[in-house]
Amino acid sequence: MFWAFFRIGGLTFGGGYAMLPMLQKEVVEKYGWATEEELMDYYAIGQCTPGIIAVNTATFIGYKRRGIPGAIFATTGVVFPSLVIITIIAAFIQNFAHIVYVQRAFAGIRVAVCMLILEAVIKLWKSGVKNIVGVCLFAIAFALTAILGISPIYLVIAAALFGIFWGRVGAKQ
Amino acid sequence: MNILLSLFIEFFKTGLFAVGGGLATLPFLYDIAARYEWLPAELMPDMIAVSESTPGPIGINMATYAGFNAYGVLGGVVATFSLVLPSVIVIILISKFLNRFNENPLVKNAFTGLRPAVTGLIAAAGWQVFSISILNLSALGQGGSWPYLINWKAAGLFVILWTVNRKFKGHPLYYIAGAAVAGLLLGL
Repeated sequence: MFWAFFRIGGLTFGGGYAMLPMLQKEVVEKYGWATEEELMDYYAIGQCTPGIIAVNTATFIGYKRRGIPGAIFATTGVVFPSLVIITIIAAFIQNFAHIVYVQRAFAGIRVAVCMLILEAVIKLWKSGVKNIVGVCLFAIAFALTAILGISPIYLVIAAALFGIFWGRVGAKQ
Repeated sequence: MNILLSLFIEFFKTGLFAVGGGLATLPFLYDIAARYEWLPAELMPDMIAVSESTPGPIGINMATYAGFNAYGVLGGVVATFSLVLPSVIVIILISKFLNRFNENPLVKNAFTGLRPAVTGLIAAAGWQVFSISILNLSALGQGGSWPYLINWKAAGLFVILWTVNRKFKGHPLYYIAGAAVAGLLLGL
């Protein structure tokens, strides 16, 4: 189980969404740890529980198959490649960051990062902001963190409570 | 030792409250950067770039990167472990006590509020990267007039990358590599 999730962690680029095809191949086709439908259920739950989607899905499958040790091994497997690869790269960058060419390359990379984040925001907007209430929530969350620097923890709690409250109001009408 | 303890506490909180996947941890990381010296805000764009262009979940990659910069190999391990720990606990509790968690009406309603707010939080994190890579806000303090507020080379590169991305939808790795070369050639 550790090795299966190690492969999934080490061979997927781009986080949660890119991981689904790998999960299908390893978990459903190769090992039969879950059916296609079960995997989609775990993945859906992984998206609405706190934390990283890929990790949540791995933990869920591990726990369902082998209890708490299964959850721990699957989770460790999926984060292990990141730990090794990122540590090596971060150490490398630390040692070369003072070189002017490295700084210029990273100045360019930052622009690409802006573009990638904007693209992610547009995608999330399309799937999550459905009406004027959503637009207001977006604007409030943006303003409170970008301008006032309020901790996202409070905003996440407030947004969840507001969603529950708003759902109640809608159900009564 | 103090750094390790605050790494543990901060990343545990991030893992507990960041809902909606890897990029949703980004506003939390900026919040940490505003409060602790061990996570400089200037480090963040490089961290995001490395995390998007290497294998593995982006949230995990960012935690390892931030932890390593704060306290070496041990820091990377502690940050990653603390980020994942709440997930493991929550998932085990949910699969024990709650069937069909994602179809629970309470959870569904909570998410109608969470989705737009989390999008706003990620946009705010994006604004932070934007303001240091494309704008030149330090010119404000020096009484510079408005054309100096924008780093025009960077803005041009942004427009080009955006246009190419609209047309081809390539993997982030290509844009990051291309932008690195452009940064060298333009002398950004």
